[in-house]
Amino acid sequence: MKQKISIDPITRLEGHARVDLFLDEDGSLANAYLIIPELRGFEKFCEGRPVEEMPRITQRICGVCPIAHHMAAAKTGDAVYHVDPPITAKKLRELMYSAFFVADHATHFYILGGPDFVVGPDAPKSERNILGVVRKVGKEIGAKVMQLLRDNHEITAYIGGRYIHSVSAIIGGVSKPITEAERLAILERAQRSVEFAKESLRIFDDIVLGNPAYVDMIMSDSFAHQTYYMGMVDENNHVNFYDGKVRVVSPDGKELVKYGPDEYLNVVAEHQEPWTYLKFPYLKEIGWKGFVDGPNSGVYRASPLSRLNVAEGMATPEAQAEYERFFETMGGKPVHSTLATHWARLIEILYAAERSVELASDESITDPDVHTIPTETPTEGVGIVEAPRGTLTHHYKTNERGLLESINLIVGTTNNYAAIDMSIVKAAQGLIKAGEAVTETALNKIEMAFRAYDPCIGCATHAQPGETPLKIKLFDHQNNLLEEVQRD
Amino acid sequence: MASKPKIAFYWAASCGGCEISVTELGMGLVDLSEKVDIVFWPAAMDFKYDDVRLMDDKEIDICFFNGAIRNSENEEIAHLLRRKSKTMVAFGSCSHLGGIPGLANMYDIESLCQRVFDTSPSLDDSRGVRPQAVTKMPEGEITLPTLYDHVKFLAEVVDVEYYMPGCPPVVDQIRAVFESILKGELPPIGAVIGADAKSVCDVCPREKGEPGFRITEFKRPHEVQLDPNKCFLTQGVICCGPATRAGCGIPCLTGNMPCRGCYGPADGIVDQGAKMASVIGALIDTDDPEKLGKILDTIVDPAGTFYRFGLAHSIMSKMKYE
Repeated sequence: MKQKISIDPITRLEGHARVDLFLDEDGSLANAYLIIPELRGFEKFCEGRPVEEMPRITQRICGVCPIAHHMAAAKTGDAVYHVDPPITAKKLRELMYSAFFVADHATHFYILGGPDFVVGPDAPKSERNILGVVRKVGKEIGAKVMQLLRDNHEITAYIGGRYIHSVSAIIGGVSKPITEAERLAILERAQRSVEFAKESLRIFDDIVLGNPAYVDMIMSDSFAHQTYYMGMVDENNHVNFYDGKVRVVSPDGKELVKYGPDEYLNVVAEHQEPWTYLKFPYLKEIGWKGFVDGPNSGVYRASPLSRLNVAEGMATPEAQAEYERFFETMGGKPVHSTLATHWARLIEILYAAERSVELASDESITDPDVHTIPTETPTEGVGIVEAPRGTLTHHYKTNERGLLESINLIVGTTNNYAAIDMSIVKAAQGLIKAGEAVTETALNKIEMAFRAYDPCIGCATHAQPGETPLKIKLFDHQNNLLEEVQRD
Repeated sequence: MASKPKIAFYWAASCGGCEISVTELGMGLVDLSEKVDIVFWPAAMDFKYDDVRLMDDKEIDICFFNGAIRNSENEEIAHLLRRKSKTMVAFGSCSHLGGIPGLANMYDIESLCQRVFDTSPSLDDSRGVRPQAVTKMPEGEITLPTLYDHVKFLAEVVDVEYYMPGCPPVVDQIRAVFESILKGELPPIGAVIGADAKSVCDVCPREKGEPGFRITEFKRPHEVQLDPNKCFLTQGVICCGPATRAGCGIPCLTGNMPCRGCYGPADGIVDQGAKMASVIGALIDTDDPEKLGKILDTIVDPAGTFYRFGLAHSIMSKMKYE
């Protein structure tokens, strides 16, 4: 008897999502689908808006990672107006962006993804949350996590006015300089962040890498995919979040292409399916071959793991040392293990914090020349940044008055849609066996497959613990309810 | 309230910023969770729709509902939570006024889908494939909720007791509202909570214009060097402060950018955009129709600016859909 299993709703995903699992007559998995049931349509309703308002409008795509859209929109506005912001404005944007990365990634590690490792995937569900993490690592560390988040929210607010839906990145630069007192306050917070980033890596060493069972799980084929990888690099092929070129490497680590923002349509295409509102980006040169991995499939991933895989190193010393240790431990480049994304995320926190210290140590960052007034006629432009969850591309066309005529957006998590779907299928194949009942632990391990990608709502959970609610309903082929398994 | 109040949070068509703002309470949220029972919060906790369905009617004391009503699933959950809650709070701009998703009401849903699924430049040969209510796959059927033709705010689909504005509501106001709930000090039904009665202009510390100052040309924020000490309107830059409710702590103005109106209309203002139009009209320095036309041309997107967060709630939206 064939069965359909719906996991509905999955929460801690930015927006809403559902998984439908279809079982064969023997109870093994036939296929699985990650379904995105909503659409707000920013690409349409931004038509007619003035392009300079886009940094403030598009961040409402995601209140969890608003500064990513804020920066991408400001850079796209620069391109549309053919204006190059003053060097100090670029430094301030990157400083604000680095602090945002620290806060966003730390939230995921300690609140969403981390509990699976810190307290363990088989731990009682009442422990698999931030409170369990605090019990395991101690209250002192818990308070430091809160301090880290507050420090980095404050850094972004010094520069951007506020953390959620910042305002300061404008076409041609930023809306205001910072004072010397603000620079020193930022520096103090950034220095604390470097220390806590290093401590976080030590915690990961002790709890995860020190446990052979976890290492086996990270290395296991059930949580691996041989895909292409995408991420932004600077001129030295080091990881960069704010600016550079986007590099794509093949499943064996060779460079496929390195492209600037204007070339994105030569590299990426999107596939549409009738059962979901979200599109599936893939590499145009390789082509859409469906939900499969390997060198002949255009499916790619854009994530912290991807960024480390495409880069040849990190631009700051302590992060570089951790980068080298990562690939030595994991057995060379590229790393295909999805769960290693958690480790890569911690290395990126260290890089972002070190980069914040570098930028805030530069006394010239208080220079008042932070805005170049554009003089050219606006036309068309593309802006790319690395969002925490992947490469973020904004593409605008305007009329000669700078009013938008068309908008295209390829958003961080969207890059990974096909890969997340495949990860759910693979995990479910390993966990749902013919003739065996579906257990609550199995449900959590299916969730671990998508949690590694940090689906966007994760940032919301940093102070209130909880589990992703899962409800599985088994139906027979006439849609009669056979069994309901619920984790509560 | 005698025993621990039961609280629910939900998000419909939204960005998640409201949830982040609640979690900015930090350790305060941990304290709160000791004084109230949070019985539903899909973003952070593992209660399910079915848990809500199994509750008694009016079992939840207060439901904080953020996000606009964009599709059938949003509306279904709004009705469910209304039935189960004594008090419903429209939390944040999208729920209060439609918010930025409400800008979609300038277009119909067909043109929106055309753009996303037919004409987007990155689409491949699959362009034109539209999401379907039911898709028959080899293994079985997959269903999707239905998109509505226009975006609604919460009070359009269910009764609402209180409105808490902001995109997002700032954390200081969230803290203050929770404190007043715990003390049992809720205002009369229908009130706006977590905000001031005055306008942003009333609390703005920037240097105001001389009485009788007039504007001869409007400037866009990237076209000038913005003076951090002077009223934006005196610089010719549109600022929605005159029509907008205060209570946000003016972080955007502190960031040296003009107000875009996320806290909605201040007390006594029915339609935020109409109020902005009348304020701006009174500041224009000419009676000559030709000059007036030229000056008005420098306001490049009046509807999208004056109604940035409130289009779905506006007179304009009602005229289109009634």
